[in-house]
Amino acid sequence: MVSRSVKLLLALAFSVFLTLGSFSSFGQEEHAAPVAGEKKEEFNAGKTIIHHVLDSHEFHFFNIGEHAYAIHLPIIMYSPERGVSVFSSGKFEEGKVAYGGYKLDEETNKIVAVKEDGSVDETVKAYDFSLTKNVVQMLIGAILLIVIMLNVAKKYKTTGATQAPSGFQNAIEPVITFVRDDVAKPNLHGKHDRYLPFLLSVFFFILINNILGLIPGSANVTGNIAFTAVLAVISLIVILFSTNGHFWGHIFWPPGVPFLVKLILIPVELLGVFIKPAALMIRLFANMTAGHIVILSFVSLIFIFGQMSTVAGWGFSPVSLAFSVFIYMIEILVAFIQAFIFTNLTAVFIGQAFEAGHAHDDHDPHHHGEEIFV
Amino acid sequence: MELLLPGLGIIVWTLIAFVIVLLILKKFAWKPILKSLNEREANIADSIATAKRVKAEMAQLQSENEALLAKAREERATLLKDAKETADKMVADAKNKAKTEFDKILADAQVAIQQQKNAALTDVKNQVGNLVIEVAEKVLRKELADKAQQEGYIKQLTAEVKLN
Repeated sequence: MVSRSVKLLLALAFSVFLTLGSFSSFGQEEHAAPVAGEKKEEFNAGKTIIHHVLDSHEFHFFNIGEHAYAIHLPIIMYSPERGVSVFSSGKFEEGKVAYGGYKLDEETNKIVAVKEDGSVDETVKAYDFSLTKNVVQMLIGAILLIVIMLNVAKKYKTTGATQAPSGFQNAIEPVITFVRDDVAKPNLHGKHDRYLPFLLSVFFFILINNILGLIPGSANVTGNIAFTAVLAVISLIVILFSTNGHFWGHIFWPPGVPFLVKLILIPVELLGVFIKPAALMIRLFANMTAGHIVILSFVSLIFIFGQMSTVAGWGFSPVSLAFSVFIYMIEILVAFIQAFIFTNLTAVFIGQAFEAGHAHDDHDPHHHGEEIFV
Repeated sequence: MELLLPGLGIIVWTLIAFVIVLLILKKFAWKPILKSLNEREANIADSIATAKRVKAEMAQLQSENEALLAKAREERATLLKDAKETADKMVADAKNKAKTEFDKILADAQVAIQQQKNAALTDVKNQVGNLVIEVAEKVLRKELADKAQQEGYIKQLTAEVKLN
């Protein structure tokens, strides 16, 4: 019963996002002009796009007149001097007013501590732990993932191992076997059972956030560098815990090169240990953000043309829509591909970390495998 | 630029969310799912192996059956041949036996006929002897009366005898 009501709630939440999100592309233009002045403010495509790709303290859908239609998310601030304060982001009124000693800086989109008179208080250190748009959507994604996977697991338990899969189990199972047979097994030299839960979790966590990020009006979670950084750091920790003596020997005393070259190679190799996960971080972030930016750019083109003349705006909109639909299709593909690449490269790096000495080959095709992917 | 600066809040929340997801899914999802998958794969591999074995057994059984059938056919053929030979032999034997029987009966009959013939001839000879004696007696009695008549009479008698 509980899982059913949770499902219902999630379905409801997503349908709200979907219906509201369909208005969001039309709302962009208005949003760039928060205050309806004497004349329409100049449409700044770059600013609008970056604003939509960035994190925010609310799910903002559209403005009608001066009223913003948005879901305000809770703000959680901690400062050593003032302690913890929790309040809704609606209290800031889009950065116009200060509340509880904090103010939303419109320029940097950061929350800063302020004095009584409203000026920024530099002496107070404030840490922002707010449930932002990205955080909320990521948590929804995590809950959704847990619910889906527990249901699938339950099905395996009830129907037993000998029954053919059915329903959603059918959709998940090939993906799981794909990660196991094509990602873990070829890279992990027989130790795949140990790393499979981690790899599967990474894969599905990225995948579900990629897919949720494609819903119009939703947050760009996997295109946030903090999100990818955390996953990359976790990958780095797993890689470091998997290393063996041969791995470190190879770094600190590269075999088969003259002494002086060794001196150059050591820092390069040592940096490589950290560059690999950093590449993971940047790749996922850049791919997802780029996709969103391209779609938003095509939509913005309508408004750029619209500023020249209304006819041009209407005339260009079919072209623009066709291009954004095309990029959208590619983005769906990219959502899967990037989840796969992140997982696959993590598996490759883990495999390299405990590769046996005798099996090592300097011309190993896996060695620079990460360079194949953009 | 803000795009490239990781926010502290989302770092913390992502870390918490991912670790929770990892722990829950590891214990309650991946473990049972992977176990079931492995079990099913083992089961399928097992079933295929069993099917192969059964198939091989079936093929062997079939070849055995065929061999048995061939043997049975051969046996039937020999049996038929034997039976035919026996039957032929029996017929031939019967024919031979019948023939010998027939020959024997024929021989017996001939012997009997010969005997009867001989007996009849003997009888005829005796009767001829008696007739000869009677004739001689009568001749002798007549001779005494008329010579010419006697001779004629003898001629007559001899003619009578020839008729016999």
